[in-house]
Amino acid sequence: MTSNIAIESRDFSHFFGPLQTLKKINLQVFRNEILGIIGPAGSGKSTFLRSLNRLNDLVPGSRVEGTLKIDGKDIYAPDMSVVELRRKLGIVFATPVPLPRSIYENVAFGPKMAGVHSRRKLNELVADCLKQTTLWEEVKDRLDSSALKLSGGQQQRLCVARILALRPDYILLDEPCSGLDPISTMKIEESLRELKKQYTIILVTNNTKQAARVADRTAFFLSGEMIEIGQTEKIFTAPVDQRTNDYIVGRFG
Amino acid sequence: MTTLERNEKLIQLALLMIALSAISILAIITLFIFKEGMPIMFKYGVNKFLFGLDWYPTEQSFGLLPMIIGSLAVTAGSLIIGIPFGLACAIFLTEFSSLRLRQIIKPIIELLAGIPSVVYGFMGVIILVPFIREHLGGSGLSVLAASIILGIMILPTIISISIDSLQAVPRSYREGSIALGATKWQTTKMVTLPSAKSGIIASIILGMGRAIGETMAVIMIAGNAVSIPHSVLDPVRTLTSNIALEMGYASGEHRQALFATGVILFIIIMILNTIANATAAKQRTK
Repeated sequence: MTSNIAIESRDFSHFFGPLQTLKKINLQVFRNEILGIIGPAGSGKSTFLRSLNRLNDLVPGSRVEGTLKIDGKDIYAPDMSVVELRRKLGIVFATPVPLPRSIYENVAFGPKMAGVHSRRKLNELVADCLKQTTLWEEVKDRLDSSALKLSGGQQQRLCVARILALRPDYILLDEPCSGLDPISTMKIEESLRELKKQYTIILVTNNTKQAARVADRTAFFLSGEMIEIGQTEKIFTAPVDQRTNDYIVGRFG
Repeated sequence: MTTLERNEKLIQLALLMIALSAISILAIITLFIFKEGMPIMFKYGVNKFLFGLDWYPTEQSFGLLPMIIGSLAVTAGSLIIGIPFGLACAIFLTEFSSLRLRQIIKPIIELLAGIPSVVYGFMGVIILVPFIREHLGGSGLSVLAASIILGIMILPTIISISIDSLQAVPRSYREGSIALGATKWQTTKMVTLPSAKSGIIASIILGMGRAIGETMAVIMIAGNAVSIPHSVLDPVRTLTSNIALEMGYASGEHRQALFATGVILFIIIMILNTIANATAAKQRTK
C-alpha cells in the first residue's frame, strides 16, 4: 500500500516573504489517479501545485516548512536535483504559453535540453506526443510554423504535448481550461482520462464541475488551508465540512 | 467651434511646428555639410579622397583612406571589447543576480554614460597608454588604447538597453522553459536571448554610433598619425579627429577638405546603420 502513495505532504507550509500562503497541508496523492484541487482564487491551490516542482523557487522571498515527499524523496532536501524534479513533474499553465518557436521545437525543447539530439528519436517523440494530445492530424503538415499561430485550444494541447515529451511521471495542470471554449475543454478532459493510465495527474481548477467530471478524488482549499479531501462523489454529494458545501453550491467564492 | 476646441487646434499646430523645426535643423546641417564638402571632392576626384594615402591638405593632396581605416579599426575594436563585456553584464544582471544587486548596479552603470569623454581620454593617457607602452611596446598611443577606452565608453549604452530588452521578455517564456527542465543558462541561451535579440542589436547599433562619432577621447589616446596601422599597437587618426584637430586653423580648400571628411563620415555611418537595421529586421522576421 505504501508504494501506492506517490506524493505525500506533511505539515507543508509555504511563505512569500511575511505572507503565509499555505498552512500545514497534509495530503497524499495515489499513483495513476486524477486528484482535483478546487477552491476560490487566492486559496493557495496553485501555490501548492507550483511547490511540487519547485517553480515557486523562482519568486524572490519564497520559503517552505514541513516536508513534501515525491516517490519517497524529500524534494526540498539540499541534494535534490531541481532540474530532474521538473522533468518528472510536467506542468501546464492556465494561459497556454508556447515558446516563441516552431511547433516541432516546442515539443522537442524538453528532450533537447535533457541531452537528446538524435533526429530520429526526436521525430518519433514529437509525433508520438502530438498524437497523444490529438493534435497530430491538425498540425502534421506545418510542424515548422510558429507555435504562436495556433488557436488557444491547440496551443494548450501543444503545452500538454511538450510536457509528455519529457516522459514525466506526473502531470500538473494549473487551471488548464480557464481560457478555452467548451469544445477545447472537452478535448483536454478526454485526453486526461486517457493519460491517467500512464500518469499521476493533479488538476487545479476554478471550475468545480470540471473536477466533478474528471477527478477521482477532490481536495478543497480555502485561504491556504486544506479543508477536506476525499472521493469526488463524496465531496460533491456529502461533504463533511460546511465550508466545502457552501463553496460547491456556490454560496461564496 | 468652442474655445476649448480652438485651443486644441492651436496646440496641435504648435507641436507640429516644433517637430518640423527639429527635423529641418537636422536637414539643414546635412545640406550644409554636403554643400561645403562635395565641390572639392568632385574637383579632385572622389577616388582620390576615398583611396588616396597622403594627406597634405595645403598641397592639394587629400587622401582620406588612412583615416577611414582608422575610424573603422577603432570602432571594430571597441565593439570587440564592448559587446562581450556588455552582454555578459546585462545577462548576469537580469537572469542571475538578485533584484537588490541589480537595483544597485544598474544606476551606477547608467551614471558611467554621464562621464564626459575628456575624462575617459584622461584616464587613457594617465593609465592605459603607459601600461601598453611598458608591457606591449610602441608609444602606447594606439588602436588598442583607443579601442579599449571606446569599448568602456559604449558599455553603458549596450548594458542598459540590453537589460531593458531582456526584462521585456515575458516571464511566462522563462517559466515555461524552466518548467520543461531547462537550466537557467539553457533558458537564457535558447529562449530569453533569441526573444530579446532585436533590442540587443539596437543597443549594439547605438554603441557603434557612439564609438565612431567619439572625438575627444580618441584624439587624446590614438596618436593621430596619418598612416594605415599595421598592428593594434600603431597610432591612428580617425575621421572625427581629423576634423577636430585641423578645423581651428584650416582655410580655403583645406577647410573644404575637412567638410569632405565630414561627408564621408556621414555616409559611413549611414551605411553601417542601414546594415545593422537590416540585420535586425531580418532577425525579427525569422
